[in-house]
Amino acid sequence: MEKQEVLEIKSVVNENKEVKTFFFDKKIKSEPGQFLMVWIPRLDEKPFAVSFENPLGITVQKIGPFTEEFFKMKKGDKIGIRGPYGNGFKIKGKNICLISGGCGVIPLTLLAEKSKKTKITAIIGAATKDDLFFVNRLKKYCSKVIVSTDDGSLGERGFPTDVLKNLLKKEKFDCVYTCGPEILMKKTFEICENNKIECQASLERYMKCGYGICGQCCIDDIRICKEGPVLNSNQLRKLTEFGVFERDKSGKKVYF
Amino acid sequence: MSAKLDVELAGLKLKNPTILASGILGISKKMLLSVAKAGAGAVTTKSITVKPREGHKNPILVQTTEETFLNAVGYSNPGLEESKKEFENLSEFPIPVIGSLVGCDAEEFAYLAENIKGIGFKAIEIVLSCPHTPGFGLLAGQGTPEATKKITAAVRKKTKLPLFVKVSPNTMNLGDVVKAAESAGADGITAINTVGPGMAIDIETAKPILDFKVGGMSGPAIRPIAIRCVYDIYESVKIPIIGVGGIITGKDAIEMMMAGATVVGIGTGIYYRELEVFKKICDEISEFMKSHGYSRLKDIVGIAHRD
Repeated sequence: MEKQEVLEIKSVVNENKEVKTFFFDKKIKSEPGQFLMVWIPRLDEKPFAVSFENPLGITVQKIGPFTEEFFKMKKGDKIGIRGPYGNGFKIKGKNICLISGGCGVIPLTLLAEKSKKTKITAIIGAATKDDLFFVNRLKKYCSKVIVSTDDGSLGERGFPTDVLKNLLKKEKFDCVYTCGPEILMKKTFEICENNKIECQASLERYMKCGYGICGQCCIDDIRICKEGPVLNSNQLRKLTEFGVFERDKSGKKVYF
Repeated sequence: MSAKLDVELAGLKLKNPTILASGILGISKKMLLSVAKAGAGAVTTKSITVKPREGHKNPILVQTTEETFLNAVGYSNPGLEESKKEFENLSEFPIPVIGSLVGCDAEEFAYLAENIKGIGFKAIEIVLSCPHTPGFGLLAGQGTPEATKKITAAVRKKTKLPLFVKVSPNTMNLGDVVKAAESAGADGITAINTVGPGMAIDIETAKPILDFKVGGMSGPAIRPIAIRCVYDIYESVKIPIIGVGGIITGKDAIEMMMAGATVVGIGTGIYYRELEVFKKICDEISEFMKSHGYSRLKDIVGIAHRD
């Protein structure tokens, strides 16, 4: 039965000023990219990528009313979870590239952690150096971690996709994995298409039921909570809504 | 060799008797198309209101037992104008699309019926029975025989499309409600809407789980209630019945048809058996008919009423 399991927060780690990881006394098994529905009683329920599996850790960036409340929670407070849901990233090949923007680094870091025997290059994008997190965690698993910031306050100045484009002039990857703002993922996918490289992207849509019944989180005819959130190049190629629009809570189209 | 499953419903020709119930997946034309491809005989849109609605906050749906879900979605939809754009040009759609409409009163229902012309819906369903959205359905008193008659008549004046009225099981005078709908010009009855409302409380935090606290019950647990309602409705009116409530398998569908349903609606069944539920149910109906010597669906509808 898929009902919320209520867990007590065991510890809280500050990743940066706007990002915290909440740890629980629980182990879970997931594919990187899969998500949990996280319930804060009487407030709301939202999807979050699994960040750590053993013990379970959920990494939260403060971006709105829900995460602001989440941020106030401390050791001993209780939240509900259900899942993990959806399809995660699939490891393909021996030499892969991760490219993220903002909190998209979360599922990609778990992917790196779980991709033993794979050569990994990670390109981590953020607005400024203060917005970065998980760089040291990634360095443990990746042969190269390239940081890019919009303002140039650390690493390369510009967008992570520019870094990817430059890398591809001299290197070839078996697969590129991306998570972050949709425009970044769309651009990454286009670069992969031009270079004939397989791409996997973890998409996001406003999610309601999380059981695959309501249809709210659809992109084209794909339910992000069931067939997503991770889609491969074959699936991405068929989408007409990718990078074009998402739907708000009412189902109205909101163009990017 | 499979039995013939095509069926006529209030003038609509369906290739099989399975219909996607309203509120399930019907957010866009593309999602409806994926249900059509999965084998449904017809599909129903999410309910459309005049103005956009965000609906209740999450959780809107919770599973409380293996066989029970509670939902309080709160009619989230982008409103009439956006819906007209979303569902436009349905004339090429491979199966009939039923437009589900909800309003706060007879005038609003009539306004919707008049203004969805041109979309290409093959039928209209008006929902007078939601148990968990303030201002609509049961919470607006739309479930009485009087209100049912008034609203149905107002919509009837504005449309020539087959008109189905979706009713609630949560009434002691269901017979009067459906007779009121029939006398006001309804072409069919959709029964049942969700049961209850019910409630689920998380005992670790001592808080109700659904944001709206209460929600309509669906899932296999409500099937006996749906079967009883459809049986009673069949005795009360001559118009056909779309039997909805806990239909997961072909045998469930057969039971519903024996109670009097011409076709069946499927909602929560998608959770249990994925989108393939439509094809699976059709195959199972076919198999049952073959092994029990029925050649037409007509021979099954309402046979539980014979002495």
